[in-house]
Amino acid sequence: MNLNFNSPLFEVIRDEKKCVKCKLCVVQCSNKVHLYDEKKDIFKVDDMKCVNCHRCAVLCPTKALVIKKYPLEYRENAMWTDSTIKEIYKQSQTGGVLLSSMGNPNPFPVYWDKMLLNASQVTNPSIDPLREPMETKVMIGRKPEKLEFDSKGKLTTKMYPQVELSVPVMFAAMSYGAISKNAHEALARAADDLGICYNTGEGGLNKDFYKYGKNTVVQVASGRFGVHKEYLNAGVAIEIKIGQGAKPGIGGHLPGRKVGEDVSYTRMIPAGSDAISPALHHDIYSIEDLRQLIFSLKEVTRYEKPIFVKIAAVHNAAAIASGAVRAGSDAIVVDGFRGGTGAAPTRVRDNVGIPIELALASIDQRLREEGIRNQVSLLISGSVRNSADIVKAIALGADAVCIGTAALIALGCHMCRTCVAGKCNWGIATQDPELVKRLDPEVMYKRLVNLVSAWNHEIQELLGGMGINAVDSLRGNRLMLAGIDLNEKELKILGIKYAGE
Amino acid sequence: METIDALDVYYRKLNDSIDSAIKTDKNITLSGVFGQRYIGRGLSKGVKIKIQGTPGNDMAAYMDGAEIEVFGNAQDAVGNTMNAGRIVIHGRCGDTLGYSMRGGEIYVEGNVGYRVGIHMKEYKDMKPVIVAGGKAGDFLGEYMAGGAIILLGLDLAEGEEIIGRFCGTGIHGGKIYINGNPDKYNFGKEVEKVSLTDEDIAFLRNHVDLYAKFFKKDLSYLKLEAFAKYAAVNKNPYFNMYCSN
Repeated sequence: MNLNFNSPLFEVIRDEKKCVKCKLCVVQCSNKVHLYDEKKDIFKVDDMKCVNCHRCAVLCPTKALVIKKYPLEYRENAMWTDSTIKEIYKQSQTGGVLLSSMGNPNPFPVYWDKMLLNASQVTNPSIDPLREPMETKVMIGRKPEKLEFDSKGKLTTKMYPQVELSVPVMFAAMSYGAISKNAHEALARAADDLGICYNTGEGGLNKDFYKYGKNTVVQVASGRFGVHKEYLNAGVAIEIKIGQGAKPGIGGHLPGRKVGEDVSYTRMIPAGSDAISPALHHDIYSIEDLRQLIFSLKEVTRYEKPIFVKIAAVHNAAAIASGAVRAGSDAIVVDGFRGGTGAAPTRVRDNVGIPIELALASIDQRLREEGIRNQVSLLISGSVRNSADIVKAIALGADAVCIGTAALIALGCHMCRTCVAGKCNWGIATQDPELVKRLDPEVMYKRLVNLVSAWNHEIQELLGGMGINAVDSLRGNRLMLAGIDLNEKELKILGIKYAGE
Repeated sequence: METIDALDVYYRKLNDSIDSAIKTDKNITLSGVFGQRYIGRGLSKGVKIKIQGTPGNDMAAYMDGAEIEVFGNAQDAVGNTMNAGRIVIHGRCGDTLGYSMRGGEIYVEGNVGYRVGIHMKEYKDMKPVIVAGGKAGDFLGEYMAGGAIILLGLDLAEGEEIIGRFCGTGIHGGKIYINGNPDKYNFGKEVEKVSLTDEDIAFLRNHVDLYAKFFKKDLSYLKLEAFAKYAAVNKNPYFNMYCSN
């Protein structure tokens, strides 16, 4: 007997007085939590299957459903917590490696919340963005050592290719396979509307989306899925994925059951076959090898596109970033340990990597000390939640940020963190055509546009308050940050002073 | 046919020269090639390049239909992420030959290095093939997801192994044909020996004949039915490895 020791995580409570028996909950739940017994005219509920995605509760016309944490608790124990016990039950039952979705949920410090922004008072007056121009446009790419002009003032320095972002935000790499085609379309259309970029992730690019090329970053990961000349030339930049914040040092397995005809077509692998991304690029064992891949991509795109290198924030991220600059990358994307994922081994996700705020500060510092900061743009991702986080990231030295989780929440993600099951009731992390249909790109892309536009206004307000009228003028200006609840070492790494100091 | 003297020409300039040359004549010869990288990168169908010397790493990367013939040895990562085309190398070849190639054919007269055919794929009628006349290093066909590798093991010395260790580790698609019967301990756990079908023999016949033609060898003595065929135990090798948390 394979006894399941685990109890449900959630309890579904139906208010019979409010319920009008429309059965929408039954139809909507892909996990089959709600069942309707016609003979007895009653609803049955299987709490074990509930993932707390809120689909039924949100759509219920009379708001008759509430989902609560299941009340059964283990005897209080600060060491052997509920999740620790439950995970042991799962592993002793299945023998499996624990697989989790979305970013690290554990209570590690959130450094964004331990940094406060400055504002002008009396001297260096603040700027009102409603009345005065405020520049949030950024250019991503390698910058020349100096600019030279001819006698008529015309620029004679040959510029490296740049990607223009109207707001210092990009949508983070999320592959078709991990998320649905409709989710990809919403991201692509929003990027087009906003004048920013989305990122294909490692799953190739659907032919229908080539038209969004000027707002697309195409990714090359170790599996090289769907990578060919046309793909590499389809976007405005190419990102080499070395690592991901949710799972530094390991690869990925998109299970064969998620590789249907269309994912197969885009990734260019047989349907039903596992899409395995090895932990490393087997042609990259050194910085010199990374250079070889960077320049092979530059060669095949005729040096017209900046090459990004994405790394996970790990202990020696600063040295790695320095190597990546010297290898010829035009932008570095650093993904922090809270970065999201469709699936990552729980132990890796929750224990490997470092906070993005510290990694960003140390990378920017290192590149400045080495005199190579100008050679590269620095992008960060992995836990950017709002416009204040973006402004703090820029003050720490970032050129722009990538948002993944926040973008998915705008598309309706309710953070149930069960993407790995492929049954996303919101049509995001699923390939089931019936579920994918629920996400209408026409409606949803506007939510992304709303979100980023709202953040853009907020960035302008925060900049204006500091008396700064351009994102470029804030970059690396750590005097605009003050620490709170931080120790000496943390202040030193972040390169900021304590509040009131 | 235009000849480009590549001696002492930096790779970027050489590749630019090739791009300009093929606008007027799609058949070109490169002489004095000495380690320049990325020759033939992304080139399309119709282009034919003959190379005298030793091309550098990533030759034919992302190549999309061109044909390259090398009169000399080649270095690492030949045919990296290649989509279509044909490469014939009159000599030996380095590591990660055909890394992630999705289509096209590569023929190497002699030995090949480590991790050859790693992560080769296939998609519908795109089925890449690597044929090597000699032996291969460790990790042949690692993570292989499609296509075919044929290893002829011609002229091996007494006691010399045709493959190194860990052949086919992580394989989840494709086929590896080996002339002979290598020690089973040299294979990864995800690979198994399977029996040859008539279809396999016809496939081998076709590619061995082409090899013999390209390198002007009489291989009529090879017993194709004595080749060993290896394939993935499972195309979803990690299906039972995880439990949802």
